[in-house]
Amino acid sequence: MESLYLLIPLSILLVFVIGVLFWWSTRSGQFDDLEGPAHRILMDDDSPPGEDDAR
Amino acid sequence: MNQPCFHCHLPVPDGQDFPIRYRQRTEQACCAGCQAVAQTIIDSGLGDYYQHRTDSQQKAEALPAELLQQISLYDSDKLQQSFVRHEDGAVREATLMLEGITCAACVWLNEQHVRQLPGVLSVDINYSSHRARVRWDNSRLQLSQILHAIAEIGYRAHPYDSARQEAVQQRERKQALNRLWVAGLSMMQVMMYAVPIYMAPEGDIEAQWLWILHWASFVLTLPVMVYSAVPFYRATWRDLKTRRVGMDTPVTIGILTAFFASLWALLNKVEHGVYFDSVSMFIFLLLGGRYLESMARRKTGEATERLVKLVPAFVHQLDSWPHSHETREVAAANVVAGAQLLVKPGETVPCDGLILDGHSSVDEALLTGESTPIRKTVGDMVIAGSVNQASPLVLEVTQTGNDTRLAGIVRLLDQAMAEKPQLAKLADRFAAWFVALLLLAAAGTYLGWSLLDGPQHALWITVAVLVVSCPCALSLATPAALTAATGHLAQIGVLTTRGHALETLAKITDVVFDKTGTLTYGRMQLLATQEAAHAEPTAAIVLAAALEQSSEHPIARALSAAAPDVALPTVTALHNQPGRGVEGSIAGQRWRLGQPDFVGELSGTDATATIPTAAMHATATLVALGDSRGVKAWFAFGDQLRDSATALLGRLQAQGLHVHLLSGDAELAVATLAAELGIAHYRAGATPEDKLAYVSQLQQGGARVLMLGDGVNDAPVLARADVSLAMGGGTDVARASGDMVLMGDDIAQLSKALTLARRTMRIIRQNLLWAAVYNLVALPLAITGHITPWLASLGMAASSLLVVSNALRLVKRSQ
Repeated sequence: MESLYLLIPLSILLVFVIGVLFWWSTRSGQFDDLEGPAHRILMDDDSPPGEDDAR
Repeated sequence: MNQPCFHCHLPVPDGQDFPIRYRQRTEQACCAGCQAVAQTIIDSGLGDYYQHRTDSQQKAEALPAELLQQISLYDSDKLQQSFVRHEDGAVREATLMLEGITCAACVWLNEQHVRQLPGVLSVDINYSSHRARVRWDNSRLQLSQILHAIAEIGYRAHPYDSARQEAVQQRERKQALNRLWVAGLSMMQVMMYAVPIYMAPEGDIEAQWLWILHWASFVLTLPVMVYSAVPFYRATWRDLKTRRVGMDTPVTIGILTAFFASLWALLNKVEHGVYFDSVSMFIFLLLGGRYLESMARRKTGEATERLVKLVPAFVHQLDSWPHSHETREVAAANVVAGAQLLVKPGETVPCDGLILDGHSSVDEALLTGESTPIRKTVGDMVIAGSVNQASPLVLEVTQTGNDTRLAGIVRLLDQAMAEKPQLAKLADRFAAWFVALLLLAAAGTYLGWSLLDGPQHALWITVAVLVVSCPCALSLATPAALTAATGHLAQIGVLTTRGHALETLAKITDVVFDKTGTLTYGRMQLLATQEAAHAEPTAAIVLAAALEQSSEHPIARALSAAAPDVALPTVTALHNQPGRGVEGSIAGQRWRLGQPDFVGELSGTDATATIPTAAMHATATLVALGDSRGVKAWFAFGDQLRDSATALLGRLQAQGLHVHLLSGDAELAVATLAAELGIAHYRAGATPEDKLAYVSQLQQGGARVLMLGDGVNDAPVLARADVSLAMGGGTDVARASGDMVLMGDDIAQLSKALTLARRTMRIIRQNLLWAAVYNLVALPLAITGHITPWLASLGMAASSLLVVSNALRLVKRSQ
């Protein structure tokens, strides 16, 4: 049971760490556009060269 | 069937050849504009766009010279002041509003294309707001080159100059999200500590562990109290200063009492007095509800903003007229009285002015509501905001900016806005009573228990009363329902821009319509055709459309809309007689289109004698087509009633609403329409001031008025009405003064919106009723001392859930 002396403060610390992570992600604009990235992932920027150039 | 254009998917006209090579195939474009755009896209290596897009692009038009000239004006530092931020060195940043975005592939295409420009440091397009943030190095690249690059691939970018306001909003939004995160994380973890205490039988957990758990809850609740709950404290303070009681007052009293009492219990080791889990959950649920509400409002707000373009307008100034016709693009704000301007057909007149040269018909419908264009010639005055219809005009500016008629209407608008009647919000009235009763109950409990049992026990029971009474359900009742209803309305094309709109909409008694542009389409359309006896190989409509094909006159546009996708015969010796008609040769035969006497001259007969009376509308403009053999056909043009108008008015009247019609049009046209639709109350020839007076009079008689309108002349009355709906296709001023905006201009949605508004009010009432019933049950239990902390938390969570799920019934179900 003595492990609780360590585990409870650890859980508090963990919550604060996660809180800081969220704060950082909001600040850096991760939640600004919630729709775009879902579409963007489908667009390939690296289609094999030559496909468009074969004119 | 013609093959669709590779770029815009419109049919390719016969005999056109604009080939595009795409992936070893030859595709056809419909015009040079589309061809150029598609070629630019493919040449930049962005051909993937055509695979990924889910919606066709708008038809591209070749870039006109003025657009290029206007774009280059954006390079001046003076113009850039309002929307460009300077960073260190030559680095600059601007927010651009993109026009023409239809799908995700468009966003990708624009980003890739702009990023390829040398000197662009970053570009970031927001899919939901259609705004692009661009950073560039001004020593290597000018802003005009970026705008030009976007125009090249068929989109239009406008500088978005309310970027500063945007920055404030964004900071607030991020802060709200942070507060929500903190409350959510803390709520979850505090529950982890609380659940074992609730589950374990009394005395099963040793005292030392019990108090460690309570202390841990305290540490995690502290940030919620000092950071997340700040908006509630601020709102309460604001209410207190104005001596009112709002929704936030019980919230603040509840959380502060519960928190400090729990803290006291923690320090003095009173076991049944710790409520930290209730406090953090309470704050999280409330913040969550508000966050969702603000998201819904922001979405509709952005959609409306996209309509209102905040572009500095340009005019063509003539510097040395009449010696030279050379024009120079000047920002409209910099024009001074006395300057000479050229206004081309289809353009809006930028300032009040006197016509020096040219004759044309001018559409003043937006300002006066008069739908028939007015003929203007040398020496006549034109009003800012009217649209030049037929041919170029040279003006001398007499009034600019604040002195114009347009600015006068805008001032009337501000005044009307200030006089708008406000209904007290249902929830606020409810809250005042609720808070008063609650505080009385709490005080009574404390007094009663201290007299019976001493002050020690009384405090805990009072805290339990405050926590269990839970203003939570009450506070969520309205925002949850409004959020769900706002979302549903946006899906059917009604954007709610002001908070009170839904509540007021449910209570209206009178509906006032504008005529032109609201009940009718607001543009000339071909109403009827009547052909004379002698036969002709080509249909009359095709001949007429061919004669008018190079004109910008409203009648010409109506004709080309009535004869789409038809190969028009070639016209030679085309000659335009302003105010009378056009003349031209088709297949060796001379034809005239225009006023009856003008057409009659060609055959030497009196054409006015043969005007058909039966088939033609009383208010329509009549145009004849004829050759040397006489009149071949009659066309009636006029503004047509919207398809859904008759059905809508029937439904409104069936619901017992009084319907009124206000129009700036002439008596005959308005009376005909009113009779056709069965509207008993109408007024014709009304100025903006008349309309305002009419609506004020209705309001003084106790009516709650819904106003629908689209023009600048409707703006003041839209602002004055209890609640107003502006047409999405109307003017910027009208949209800005409407409480709601109707996208797609389908007025049939109005009756759906009304039904939904009433349902919303019903659900808000149910929610408030539930909150009241819950309190009636829970309060006596708490007052008699039967509520433990876990029961209080459970009751609160259950009642909040119930309220939210009830509100979710308003969300539109997807088919």
